[in-house]
Amino acid sequence: MDLVTIWFILIAVLWVGYFILDGFDQGVGVLLPFLGRDDLRRRVMINTIGPVWDGNEVWLLVAGGATFAAFPLWYATMFSGYYLALFAILIALIVRGVAFEYRGKRDSVRWRANWDRAIFVGSVLPALLFGVAFGNVVGGSPISPIETTLPTGTANDLNYTGSFFDLLNPFALLLGVMTLLVFTTHGAIFLALKTRGEMHEAARGAAIKVGLAAAVVAVAALLWAQAFSGRVAVTLPMVLVAAVAFLGALMMIWRRRDGWAFILSSVTIALAVASLFVGMFPNVMVSSIDAAYNLTVYNASSQEYTLTIMTWVAVIMTPIVLIYQGWTYWVFRKRISTSMIPPQPVAGRADDRYADSARN
Amino acid sequence: MLGGMEALDLARWQFGITTVYHFLFVPLTIGGAFFVAAFQTAWVRTGNVKYLQLTKFFGKLFLINFAMGVVTGIVQEFQFGMNWSVYSRFVGDVFGAPLAMEGLLAFFLESTFLGLWIFGWDRLPKKIHLATIWAAAFGTLISAYFILAANAWMQHPVGYIIDDTTGRAVLTDINAVLFQNTAVLAFVHTIFACFLTAGAAVIAIAGWKMVKGRQIEVFRPAMKAAAVVMIIAGVGLSVSGDFFSKLMVEQQPMKMAAAEGLYETEAGAPFSVLSIGEINGGSADCVFCVPGLLAFLSTGSFDGTVEGINDLQSQYESQFAEKFGEDINYVPYVPVTYWSFRLMIGLGMVSVLFAMWALWRYRGARAPTNDRLAKPFAIGATLVVLGPLLGNSFGWIFTEMGRQPWIVFGEQLTADAVSPLVTMGEVLFTMIAFTLVYLVLILIEVKLLLHYIAKGAPEPDELTSDPFADAQEAQQAEDEDAKLYFAY
Ligand code: HDD
Ligand code: HEM
Ligand code: HEM
Repeated sequence: MDLVTIWFILIAVLWVGYFILDGFDQGVGVLLPFLGRDDLRRRVMINTIGPVWDGNEVWLLVAGGATFAAFPLWYATMFSGYYLALFAILIALIVRGVAFEYRGKRDSVRWRANWDRAIFVGSVLPALLFGVAFGNVVGGSPISPIETTLPTGTANDLNYTGSFFDLLNPFALLLGVMTLLVFTTHGAIFLALKTRGEMHEAARGAAIKVGLAAAVVAVAALLWAQAFSGRVAVTLPMVLVAAVAFLGALMMIWRRRDGWAFILSSVTIALAVASLFVGMFPNVMVSSIDAAYNLTVYNASSQEYTLTIMTWVAVIMTPIVLIYQGWTYWVFRKRISTSMIPPQPVAGRADDRYADSARN
Repeated sequence: MLGGMEALDLARWQFGITTVYHFLFVPLTIGGAFFVAAFQTAWVRTGNVKYLQLTKFFGKLFLINFAMGVVTGIVQEFQFGMNWSVYSRFVGDVFGAPLAMEGLLAFFLESTFLGLWIFGWDRLPKKIHLATIWAAAFGTLISAYFILAANAWMQHPVGYIIDDTTGRAVLTDINAVLFQNTAVLAFVHTIFACFLTAGAAVIAIAGWKMVKGRQIEVFRPAMKAAAVVMIIAGVGLSVSGDFFSKLMVEQQPMKMAAAEGLYETEAGAPFSVLSIGEINGGSADCVFCVPGLLAFLSTGSFDGTVEGINDLQSQYESQFAEKFGEDINYVPYVPVTYWSFRLMIGLGMVSVLFAMWALWRYRGARAPTNDRLAKPFAIGATLVVLGPLLGNSFGWIFTEMGRQPWIVFGEQLTADAVSPLVTMGEVLFTMIAFTLVYLVLILIEVKLLLHYIAKGAPEPDELTSDPFADAQEAQQAEDEDAKLYFAY
């Protein structure tokens, strides 16, 4: 296999990792206002992801960095093209990250309510927009040549020539709704896996309810995606297996086999994302204007030397990262319940006006 | 609309704002991680509860700061592609590699082990828990190394060729990129700056507590340690800075000339501490100059020759005419380079002086509260952290603005690097939004920090004296509902 193919696969793996891991973080965030009826419950929810969300988010950063190193033209075209969408994702991730850390640092109802809102919005936006972005990568967006100071006549010239609103086409939006619903289900399953008591029951209920809607949308979106797939013979079976896995996940959560449910919903995400990547290979960004303007692994990549070095780094580092991240999940494997949440450590003077004296 | 501004200028402002902002938190994170790790080590080794108090107190402040470092870093990772897409295409083969390595080697390490540290007090054996903060601390160093190597390549590109057909840089020697002396020096210099900054933060807080006579015996060791670290860092900064200057004369002579406002080539050039007149107007009048010092700093000899701006301009004009055209101005904006260079050194070094004073004032077991110097000391302790923080920012502004008009020295002009189709409206909108969000966040952050500083270190009776022992007990009792030791 040539190096560019290996790197295409590695980047797909990074996105799969990101969507599985930060996918449930985002799902938990989306569910926060719905399942977190009081502060204690909200804290249970946040603490299920507390120790791991930052490590999960790094998968995105590495996917970004790896794209820069391995396919600079893809990195340049995608992020300058999807400018405002990416901007919205960045702002969302900023407020979400700060919210986790700062929410508990003052004893004020209004303070916490504001950060809860930040967590919700900071989770909904990325969950939706990543799907929209992938919809455009796979389904095609207006890419055509523009002259710059770099030598022309090569893939250097290829730029996204559309506007923000071109991103919001029906296929991409459907994919966005799909990621939003699937991540929410995945998050609910994770919550069920990580909690005991009432929270656990509430999470199960949510997983099944949202999961059924997610299943319908996902099947529709992924079948539509076959229209853009270059190898339907491979991707269609993948999609079908993904659908079966997803229904299996819902079945398992219903039968209280939380661990299996989580594995199956992870498999679903992995297969769904993989099917999109397999379907577009060797393209990395499809031009809706002319196939000649597609960015491919061949015209968008770095040279062999860089790819070789990066392959070594990835081959050595990825297992190490997986081992210590896996260890973290092991250390924090204990299920959490409302009874285990300690009183909030409070800063300085309590903010009397909004003091949450009831604190449930 | 904005007086001749174009998307290019806005993109530069946006990069400057977001990056300077990121670098307000970074030095506190890097240095702070080591302070917290050291306090916790002292606690584990001596069992003295005051070190646990310090670990908890500074640990909390550290985390409040860390969160900001993390979220502002996310923007950094993507903005090369967003605003500088031609640059990204041009350098990706070379510049992307250290960036990706940073993620794989450093970000995973920091974020995972910090999560373990925050939540792991009652989940891990004592020594392993201690190891997690050290792992996170070393992660910050690795992170700094790779990003500084990437930046050093923009200052002094090595280990690459330019591909004839694509015109893009192609990596030929990764070791040259990662280990060139520009990168190594930048790392050493920046890490000393980080320790200076974190030391100043510790001294500001501990010094203030000592002035107020609160928890004196808890904060005394912290203040002394921080003062010593700052003095060492100050020496380290001067020595590495001196090497840095010489290297710069070799690699980017224009930057050094601009730092000095030295227009004409001169033997035995003086170092001007203060100039008036038109620094940017082709001549500058030295008000207070140390004869021969610039020559010495730049060449190691008091009568060495330092090249001036005008000579360098004509030299570059002929050197780059073919590739970049005839009439390019290769002179950075001199007032900025001139002043940022001085402010970096001055503001940073003033904090070192304060550290010396603090060390002297609280030598032995002294804890004066009401003497003649109490007030100046209190004011100093409040301000001291600003010195290195601003010093850092000016250092970077100097480095980056002094490199102009290049984005990659000798290879690509900043003006050619900007994303061609991102509109001025888009950049303006995102710049305003980032700035506002950042402004709100920093206000919140500072307020939180002040809250927790005012509250002081937890008293021994507020601390479970040994969370680890407690955890084991709970486990043995198989208490399903045992409270978590820490939760958000
Ligand atoms: C507050 C911290 C601080 C202090 C006290 C100093 N520096 Fe510094 N300096 C930095 C913080 C810094 C920095 C922000 O960390 C920079 C920016 C880029 C870099 O690598 O380090 C920097 C860059 C920097 C450069 C630019 C290199 C380039 O453009 O590539 C030079 C020549 C010096 N420094 C020289 C000095 C000298 C001679 C100092 C003292 C005698 C000194 N610095 C003190
Ligand atoms: C080490 C990693 C860094 C890299 C790779 C880097 C790279 C860049 C790039 C690509 C630009 C935009 C082009 C330009 O306007 O010159 C830039 C500008 C700038 N950077 Fe850096 N930078 C780094 C670190 C920093 C830090 C830590 C600071 C400040 C704390 C900083 C301050 C600035 C400023 C002020 C500008 C704007 C300069 C201008 O308007 O020309 N940089 N840098
Ligand atoms: C423009 C260049 C830069 C980029 C692309 C960048 C990228 C990032 C990113 C993505 C993060 C978040 C990591 C996380 O989620 O855990 C981060 C945080 C951080 N960065 Fe930067 N950064 C830049 C400049 C710098 C510089 C110049 C330094 C140090 C010299 C630095 C040191 C750090 C540290 C210590 C953190 C906090 C801890 C952490 O990584 O989690 N960064 N940066």
